[in-house]
Amino acid sequence: MNGHSGADAGQRFLHKDRFPCLLEQLEAMGYSVIGPTLDQHAIVYDRIRSVDDLPRGWTDEQQPGSYRVRRRTDDAWFGYVVGPHSWKGYLFPTPVVIARAAREGGDWEFKEADDAPPKFAFLGVRACEIAAIRVQDRVFLAESYVDPIYEGRRTRALIVAVNCEQAASTCFCPSMGTGPRCTSGFDLALTELSDGFVVEVGTAEGAALLATLDSSEASISQLRAAQAARRSASEQIERSLDTRGLRDLLMDNLEHPRWDETASRCLSCANCTMVCPTCFCGSVEEVSDLAGGRVERRRRWDSCFNIDFSYMNGGHVRDSIRSRYRQWLTHKLASWNDQFGTSGCVGCGRCITWCPSGIDLTEEVLAIRGDAPVSEGSS
Amino acid sequence: MKPKLAVFKFASCDGCQLSLLDAEDHLLAVAGALDIAFFPEATSRMRAGPYDVALVEGSITTAHDAERIRAVRRDAKCLITIGACATAGGIQSLKNWADHTDFIRAVYATPEYIATLATSTPIADHVHVDFELRGCPINQYQLIEVIQSLLAGRRPRTPSHSVCIDCKRRGTVCVLVARGEPCLGPVTQAGCGAICPAYDRGCYACFGPAAQANLAGLTARLASDGMRPGRIAQSLRTFNGYAPAFREESDRLADGRDRVDEVRR
Repeated sequence: MNGHSGADAGQRFLHKDRFPCLLEQLEAMGYSVIGPTLDQHAIVYDRIRSVDDLPRGWTDEQQPGSYRVRRRTDDAWFGYVVGPHSWKGYLFPTPVVIARAAREGGDWEFKEADDAPPKFAFLGVRACEIAAIRVQDRVFLAESYVDPIYEGRRTRALIVAVNCEQAASTCFCPSMGTGPRCTSGFDLALTELSDGFVVEVGTAEGAALLATLDSSEASISQLRAAQAARRSASEQIERSLDTRGLRDLLMDNLEHPRWDETASRCLSCANCTMVCPTCFCGSVEEVSDLAGGRVERRRRWDSCFNIDFSYMNGGHVRDSIRSRYRQWLTHKLASWNDQFGTSGCVGCGRCITWCPSGIDLTEEVLAIRGDAPVSEGSS
Repeated sequence: MKPKLAVFKFASCDGCQLSLLDAEDHLLAVAGALDIAFFPEATSRMRAGPYDVALVEGSITTAHDAERIRAVRRDAKCLITIGACATAGGIQSLKNWADHTDFIRAVYATPEYIATLATSTPIADHVHVDFELRGCPINQYQLIEVIQSLLAGRRPRTPSHSVCIDCKRRGTVCVLVARGEPCLGPVTQAGCGAICPAYDRGCYACFGPAAQANLAGLTARLASDGMRPGRIAQSLRTFNGYAPAFREESDRLADGRDRVDEVRR
């Protein structure tokens, strides 16, 4: 048989020797390339200036409450899963100035922040992370409330996805229908082989970029190797979340005793929300100079686990760890659907790994499902 | 008329007062906005009260100071405590778990000259405090924020959330999860800007317990990493050890045979 069948048709092969050209081309097009790099004993997202910045030969091992970087036995460039950072750090940065005011004479002059949005090329975006960006798109771009800071960065961003070839113990993207394979939402998607990358094109911009690179038509053996590599990620995924009737299950069990048990372990430290690639909460405060003549309105990441986040005149609405954990989980897995038409969870497992107490939301759901009063989804 | 400011010192190291003098970028603005009437650390020109604002540093460790703080309170419209000593008793509150006469004998050549209370206690145990600014030492930007809020007639905006939020905002990777480094950040109130984890160390809880801190939850994690209960108790008994949340948890953990050994080592 000649040629390739189905979805693999038209895929290209980019040799690792040629990969620096991709970075050079992106820089020439005015992009700041952000990708994985080894820093602070973790694989984080930061500026990538050469392939030497990539975490070549490193991987991550993840358990509830534990993350370790380890040496690989091979020299894979993208041989890890996901780390403590997510792309929201670039699309939804913290802190940002969103407005300014200054008193000139007796009058106040108000100004919008002069935001010059950077042009990012994100390298190494995983399928679950593409899904997370889509979730945040609904939050920040949909309908009438468009966030200009997010919009400026998002519309300029280029996404070079890299398919997972392994999974962490905390991964459960298939349960959320988000991975592990990148199927859309990218400009280019790469699958790493030992000597190069099989490249899929997602957009015209991606095709134009690929055309500038010295790639060749992917051979059948390269396509098969790529398929096998992607399959190994799927096969390694152990964790799952049963989403059947999940919204009603949680909303019908707001007084379940499990919330008390979880509250005894939850530190309300907010780590889960900070590492979550979809959590979008921020707080806005006005900061003035001592004379009160210049004021900046600043936005920073905030969290429903911060007791002051629900402070209103008269007191705290969520005045216990139990109420704050319940708010987070029911929002993420239930009321998010009502609000945005999707789940707030993409199955990346970050909240499990980075919880100092190792609280696992899939276990929490299982516990509530296990002895839940009669409701849809329990049998 | 500019509000009259006074700065008072009790049992402390002076570091928190120095934070005000260290705020070089803002110092002239502070001096322009406030009438600095009593600040012995900064000027020998001292004027009598009453004062609009009293900043109080240090804890109460002598009978004389227990009287003096009442006089400060009577002279101040608004009394703000600054630092771990004033808000929680400070490192010197370690004597609250011991026989203070042992310390006096160990430290002073002529112990009989020393007249001190058996305890070191926060200012709020003695008089009404209008606002407490945490930290060992305090953060100068928070102090400026408190001064600004006074001038503007609003509540000071200081966070009561965990240090973790500040770590994540600055992109610091969790040292507890990624390296197993003992860290008190999840139960500690933010304020320093999450300095220690950014330098690969765990948080020492200089700003005291966060609001509704789940101490037992964190110490269970530290114990599962192999830290002994006495050592965990010791890590809680530092600058803010006498703050109720830390005090209760360290007492719970130390309630065994290694209590005295661990604390006094």
